[in-house]
Amino acid sequence: MRILHSGTAGTLESSDVMITVERNPEKGLIIELESISEARFGNRIREVITDTLKKLQVQDVKVRVQDRSALDCTIRARLTAAVFRAAGIEKYPWEELE
Amino acid sequence: MKLVKNAAGREIPELFPGIGKLEPFQGAYARTPLVRREKGSRTLPRLNKIVDTLEQAILKCGLQDGMTVSFHHHFREGDYVVNMVMDIIANLGIKNLTLASSSLTSCHTPLVEHIRKGVIKRIYTSGLRGVLADEISHGLMDTPVLIHSHGGRARAIETGQLSIDVAFLGVPSCDLYGNANGFSGKSACGSLGYAIVDARHAKKVVLITDNLVDYPNTPFSIDQDLVDYIVIVDAIGDPQGIATGATRMTRDPRELLIAELASQVIVTSGYFEDGFSVQTGSGGAALAVTRFLREKMLERNVKASFALGGITSQIVKMHEEGLIKRILDVQSFDLEAVRSIGENRYHTEIDASYYANPLNKGCVVNKLNVVVLSAMEIDTEFNVNVITGSDGIIRGASGGHSDTAIGSGLSVIVAPLVRGRTPTVIDKVTTVITPGETVDVLVTDHGVAVNPRRPEVLERLKAARLPVYTIEELKKKAEKVTGIPEPLPFGKKIVALVEYRDGTIIDMIREIQP
Repeated sequence: MRILHSGTAGTLESSDVMITVERNPEKGLIIELESISEARFGNRIREVITDTLKKLQVQDVKVRVQDRSALDCTIRARLTAAVFRAAGIEKYPWEELE
Repeated sequence: MKLVKNAAGREIPELFPGIGKLEPFQGAYARTPLVRREKGSRTLPRLNKIVDTLEQAILKCGLQDGMTVSFHHHFREGDYVVNMVMDIIANLGIKNLTLASSSLTSCHTPLVEHIRKGVIKRIYTSGLRGVLADEISHGLMDTPVLIHSHGGRARAIETGQLSIDVAFLGVPSCDLYGNANGFSGKSACGSLGYAIVDARHAKKVVLITDNLVDYPNTPFSIDQDLVDYIVIVDAIGDPQGIATGATRMTRDPRELLIAELASQVIVTSGYFEDGFSVQTGSGGAALAVTRFLREKMLERNVKASFALGGITSQIVKMHEEGLIKRILDVQSFDLEAVRSIGENRYHTEIDASYYANPLNKGCVVNKLNVVVLSAMEIDTEFNVNVITGSDGIIRGASGGHSDTAIGSGLSVIVAPLVRGRTPTVIDKVTTVITPGETVDVLVTDHGVAVNPRRPEVLERLKAARLPVYTIEELKKKAEKVTGIPEPLPFGKKIVALVEYRDGTIIDMIREIQP
């Protein structure tokens, strides 16, 4: 999926996460993680982000994650929505999504 | 027999066989230095203990480097007294003090500076919160903080393990001779249960008030015969932080679900019978249990003999409608409780030793049938943590948790299975405050677990078809939702020691790495 502009999904409510995806002018993936669960789930959150991006076939992106203790499923859903918005895709292939 | 003449000019024996040596009278004031010598002079002002400033009171008490000062926490988040007194002590250049407050809250951030500058060297407290707790968790102090339970503190003071040189006690109403109570005045806080122990045992007692009333200030909680000096200040606390009007019943559906399930557990546990006694700890779900119990009590015509502990408007309401016969109050949580302790004949103030000192001749937690308590974490051994948060930083209080858990017939822990993405039921709690052998039942929003040492309770809950699991099953349920957390990044330095109520050390807390 090609990232065209910046895309955001989610809120800053407790148990939610706000994720912003934009193009990385350099190569590769940059994750900016701000999380109150950092100490105990930081690595797991990065893993979920990397894994989800791989499945969506997205490369060279900057991902800003403002986490309020969201569960893995929430992180995946918000990231997917943010990527679709950043790619300018308005139709979601619901059947194909995890 | 040899006779001598005493100061009254009378001849008396110096020694009498079978009685022993006798002290001849030396004059009315000679042996009672605290009695005013001016008695009889009609021109002197009325006797009182008021000194003009806190500074003078501190100097008159002879406070010196290395001594122990104490405070109470009845003003909770609204306390002005600790910061006010410690600022003046710091200005006087006194250092290396031990600060023994019955607890500390997030309004005590200014203590950080006093610790940095060496004014405070050691801290005894039940709890720590906010910036102060955060700094201490990051290694601010060289000597670990000693965390004690409310009963454990009373024990330490009464046995002399904790010897208080000067107690600085904020009191919402006081007369000029030191009779003080907590239920009247603009800074009313209700029970002064924790302050009473300090007043009885500290070498010097300074009362600080913003409400001087006519003598004698009856009924009083702190007696004049214990008080050395009185200082009048503009305000001892912020009423907004001391107590809210009435503790609001939680509207969080999850907390209500847990509370309702907990009330079903209590009703079927075998402990719910006419004349039972109950305490509910702080926390939304624990407090909400009261409401569901009330319905069940009305339904089955069951009355409670007494309610204990931190008293709230819900308890007061049930007392006033005759469902709870007596209230024993060591701490009043809201203004309804403050009103009631002043008005209701059978709403009785108790001190921390009466409440929970394990070494006196009978503390009231031993008479408790049911207690409902919160938990930050609980492990598969039923050990409970109420002091360190999921990030390893201190943000809570030991309080009466371990005291009531062991004293009660049935200790019920209420907690959501998961908070955010942090599991509550885990393999090993970060810090043990209450040992699992004193915990009976865990109630979560996903089911109930009974400590295997209470098989009869387990049978009763099963017979009532309540959703019972093993605690391992609940742990797995939690992990399935959240994933398994990584270990906390603790360093080497020990920042706090956790004392069990009997004075032994049950756990320690290490610094958290930034």
